[in-house]
Amino acid sequence: MKDQITAFIEAAGWPRIIIALFLLSLFVAAPFVGVRIDASLSDTLVRVGMNGVLVLAMVPMIQSGCGLNFGLPLGIIAGLLGAVTSIQIGVRGGAGFLIAMCIAVPLAVVLGWFYGQLLNRVKGDEMMIATYVGFSSVALMCMAWLLLPYTSPTMIWGYGGSGLRTTISTEGFWLNVLSKHLNIQIGEFFYVPIGMFLFFALMVLLVWAFFRTKTGTAVTAVGSNPEFARASGIDVDSMRTISVILSTVLGAIGILVYEQSFGFIQLYMGPFYMAFPAVAAILLGGASVNKASMVNVVVGTFLFQGILTMTPSVINSVMQTDMSEVIRIIVSNGMILYALTRKVMVKR
Amino acid sequence: MADKKKKGSLSLKSVLANNAVPIIFIALSAVAIPISGFSGTYLVQEMLTRLARNSFLVLSLLIPILAGMGLNFGMVLGAMAGQIGLIFVTDWAVAGVPGMMLAALIGMPIAILLGYICGAVLNKAKGREMVTSYILGFFINGVYQLIVLYTMGRIIPVHNPQLVLSRGYGIRNAINLTGLRHALDNLVPIRIASIDVPVATFIFIGIFCIFIVWFRNTKLGQDMRALGQDMKVAEEAGIPVERTRIIAIVISTVLACFGQIIFLQNIGTMNTYNSHDQAGMFAIAALLIGGASVSRATITNVFVGVMLFHLMFVVSPMAGKELIGQAQLGEYFRVFVSYGIIALALVLHAWRRMRERAEARRSLRGE
Repeated sequence: MKDQITAFIEAAGWPRIIIALFLLSLFVAAPFVGVRIDASLSDTLVRVGMNGVLVLAMVPMIQSGCGLNFGLPLGIIAGLLGAVTSIQIGVRGGAGFLIAMCIAVPLAVVLGWFYGQLLNRVKGDEMMIATYVGFSSVALMCMAWLLLPYTSPTMIWGYGGSGLRTTISTEGFWLNVLSKHLNIQIGEFFYVPIGMFLFFALMVLLVWAFFRTKTGTAVTAVGSNPEFARASGIDVDSMRTISVILSTVLGAIGILVYEQSFGFIQLYMGPFYMAFPAVAAILLGGASVNKASMVNVVVGTFLFQGILTMTPSVINSVMQTDMSEVIRIIVSNGMILYALTRKVMVKR
Repeated sequence: MADKKKKGSLSLKSVLANNAVPIIFIALSAVAIPISGFSGTYLVQEMLTRLARNSFLVLSLLIPILAGMGLNFGMVLGAMAGQIGLIFVTDWAVAGVPGMMLAALIGMPIAILLGYICGAVLNKAKGREMVTSYILGFFINGVYQLIVLYTMGRIIPVHNPQLVLSRGYGIRNAINLTGLRHALDNLVPIRIASIDVPVATFIFIGIFCIFIVWFRNTKLGQDMRALGQDMKVAEEAGIPVERTRIIAIVISTVLACFGQIIFLQNIGTMNTYNSHDQAGMFAIAALLIGGASVSRATITNVFVGVMLFHLMFVVSPMAGKELIGQAQLGEYFRVFVSYGIIALALVLHAWRRMRERAEARRSLRGE
């Protein structure tokens, strides 16, 4: 029995256990400090739906050995361009969302291809370079948002007559196009956006199925052992490029799903740090720097978003201070740090 | 013969590649300065101030590069230690140079501790020091906020009401370092043709440059250089690898702590929760703009880099305004360049390393 527990802790890693116990204790403590469990759980679920696809975007690159995709902002930018263009065209409802996606995905494919070519030339240093590729592309787009010739009055600054606003509402266009379908409302507080979950599930299924195809297996092989993969006739570079493109496309779709539920498109420095929560979430779910599964995505997103939802309400009620931001920083970066120092230890 | 020719073109190429970044920046500045319309005196004054303000922080990056650990993104740890020192000094109302020295004295043990932690963590992540130290910076930032925002004034005694938030604990976002402002800069006041020269700060920076030159030639410095060239060979030669790496990071962290104190005495106000964040990024961008790479950096790189980076810093918003009518655009351009230059330098370095590896493989096969 004791051995089993030690083995379990060894396999899961102590940071994950601590964080899971922490979340559990938050849920247990919630009713005693006057926080409604059903409302919190519902909030958590909504956030899982919102962020799920962004976390899923980590999987292909991890699997192909490109490491954690800190360059997620690149995919997000493709999604944002799709979103603002669809609003510019002015189509409302589901069709507008579909148009946004139709614009975002090809853009993401192109950006992802270039990004993949770059990462193929810097094997071994992908993560640091990805971080700065993400950062500099966000900064470059800051200039673009100011200069691009969008004209829809809902999006541009009122006084200057040009340049996009920092936040643009999706209300009246495609707010909740996924979330509003088939949602379950139990009582006043409990609400589950089934439509968004179905979409998330579809995405997870697609990625899962991709990794069962011949190409998908080749991608995994490249990630597990590039030398072996090369010896067995797999084109390592093109498999890596495929995985990067896939990650970027998922990032673009992910941000659209996020925005339709959140209600706002955040431009300029908005996407800057968006990669970090997604990276932390998948690691929290049990992924390592070079291995990730669908279970990791779902579990990780739930745990991470659970903590984000529960800490402000519960900790605030207990201690009368808002420590959630600090806890978020420590938990997410601690998790990433753990994963980064972990792999080398296993290697020995 | 063909071999010789190849070597010659390679060295020309590498000379260009090594200096491409500063050359681009000189060209950029040459275009932007006339557009911005700043006067020469103003620019010289700005450059002198900024050289005094930033050089020390940038210099603190040199030693980990020597030891082959790449750009020490963990230098923000030292900056945080320095800020904690400054908070206490401001609370105790110790002014002037003694205040700065006291702040350094308080910051130093914290910096040593943090540097040790950083070094130990990086030893577990060999080969990806940069990304790890980067994330470690974020992580320790969380801990720093936890301490400064929730325990100072409650568990750690801080009494000055100008420091503590109105709720009774936690430090305010902006701290006015009235007593310390320009304490070092104005210690030896010299004015040449209406330009203030912060002599004392420059003397301090000069002493430190001499220290680095001296340090490189000590036993420890030579060990680090050996480590930087090849960790395995160094280990076989009997150099205590892990210990030397930790020492390199500890030195860097302590220097960053001093650097941040010098930086903030010049600025005069401290953003408790933001100052250190920018310190790391600006220092690294400046060093790279000066022509340094991830594996090679000199003192010249530091000064050239600080000059060029801050020239662009001063000039680009104005140039953006004059050119397009939006100062914001110049601002974003500046941000883009700072991040873009780091990305570019990292890519060039990784690329070169991969080529070298491929060449080594080829020579093994006897081609």
